[in-house]
Amino acid sequence: MGLRRPKIKKGANMSTNTYAGQTIEVNDEGFLLDSSTWTPAVAEAIAQDAGIEPLTDRHWQVITFCREDAAKEGQAPGLRRIAKLSGVDMKELYKLFPKGPGKLAARIAGLPKPTSCV
Amino acid sequence: MKNLSIIGAGAAGTMVANHLRRELPADWALTVIDPAPEHLYQPGLLFLPFGARDEAKIRRQRSRTLGQGVQWIRRPVERVDTDKRKVVLQGADPVSYDLLVIASGSRTHPDETPGLMGNGWHRNIHDFYTLEGALKLRDALADFRGGRLVLNVAEMPIKCPVAPMEFLFLADAFFRKRRIRDRVELVYVTPLDGAFTKPVCNIRLSHLLKQKGIHLETEFGLAEVDSDGQKLVSYDDRHVDYDMLVSIPIHMGAEFIGASGLGNEMNFIPTDRHTLQVKGHDHIFALGDTTDLPSSKAGSVAHFQSGVLTRNILRAIRGQSLLADFDGHANCFIETGFGKALLIDFNYEVQPLPGKFPVPGAGPFTLLGESRMNHLGKLAFRWLYWNFLMPARQLPISDQMSMSGKQVVTEEMMRAAA
Repeated sequence: MGLRRPKIKKGANMSTNTYAGQTIEVNDEGFLLDSSTWTPAVAEAIAQDAGIEPLTDRHWQVITFCREDAAKEGQAPGLRRIAKLSGVDMKELYKLFPKGPGKLAARIAGLPKPTSCV
Repeated sequence: MKNLSIIGAGAAGTMVANHLRRELPADWALTVIDPAPEHLYQPGLLFLPFGARDEAKIRRQRSRTLGQGVQWIRRPVERVDTDKRKVVLQGADPVSYDLLVIASGSRTHPDETPGLMGNGWHRNIHDFYTLEGALKLRDALADFRGGRLVLNVAEMPIKCPVAPMEFLFLADAFFRKRRIRDRVELVYVTPLDGAFTKPVCNIRLSHLLKQKGIHLETEFGLAEVDSDGQKLVSYDDRHVDYDMLVSIPIHMGAEFIGASGLGNEMNFIPTDRHTLQVKGHDHIFALGDTTDLPSSKAGSVAHFQSGVLTRNILRAIRGQSLLADFDGHANCFIETGFGKALLIDFNYEVQPLPGKFPVPGAGPFTLLGESRMNHLGKLAFRWLYWNFLMPARQLPISDQMSMSGKQVVTEEMMRAAA
């Protein structure tokens, strides 16, 4: 393919975004690098970026579940787990977080991409 | 006498059993529990639908794959009593263990998707992740005269995440050889946001799909199959029509895992991603498809894990601390049709990159590029599987992924090259 070997640039796949007045490090898919930089205002801003506005109580029920579950389990919950345990079913999840609800809910909740996507 | 029990004698369980039967201290007995009389070489299923007639060569009597010194109990497991350290069996006395290895794999559950097993099941809805399904699909493809063939992944994770693309590449070649490719529409419907999750590899595979005229429908969360109306329906009410549906159904871990309180919502076992010890259970280890690890569910992964796990079992027996040695290493051939294949080699941190494997610069295999040699490697793999991997003989490939021979490229460079 004629590719030359480049120097490894550390951190080439991360950048910063400004959410709710804060500068926050994100990876190339927009997931926060450090979950502790998350605030509810950051969630609102990420959601707005993703075209979800405003976040309703039902959105928050999912986001809160994801954050609590991740704190307990040490990893972001997958879509099926969210649908089973958050009290919001699959159909509604797709309405609230269009396209890829597992990924999008995790991104808005300031968590890494769920690992079920390998 | 102490006892080490292994639940499951598929690829992962067999490799660990054959390592440990030579390495366990003399005062340890080794028990393997698996009800099925045969061992199936699962990668062989991919070729059956396209006319391969080697089904006899992809099955072996389990008594031949488990070496001497292994006591094999042919019973299904009901549950594991983790407090009393017993494996409760159906129709036999429980087996006590001092250490337990769970390698019970994952199975497809077409019944989990409404309508998938409707009127069309095994008529114009097929699967190829079971021997029965692959053989029925072989008959169906031989009779297929044209129309829309949809390959759908119901939900991640699945075994061998590259198999859907391999199936489509082989289907493209199959219909071209039969000179009806112009009458067949090939569609790949996936819940992922691209053909593959790893960015550089995704670009390469997306390019190949496009080149071969295979349509890609992404982020499709399958809600149900309308078997009579011949369409897939997503949670967000998108529809995809099909004439023939080839489904990769939802995968789940074994039922006894749920009954034992050891699993997550899919019955996969939360496992330490580097030591392979089951979280919260000092006496239990897990490997292969049964874990919840973010590594691929693939035979190569189970192979690399079996080395790490064997060392950790021996350390646990000696009262030493466990090594955090598993790095998510996977190594997969991807059939691309017409006697060619790609090879990818990656781990938790490093995505598949181009280069040469296993010898830097020389290969003979080409990473992330199509070659005839890669295809021959894939075919030779069955022999390697039965004669080297399953008996747990030494191979010249390290359990940990190596960066030597790999080119470090970015997504941008890959796009420019494609």
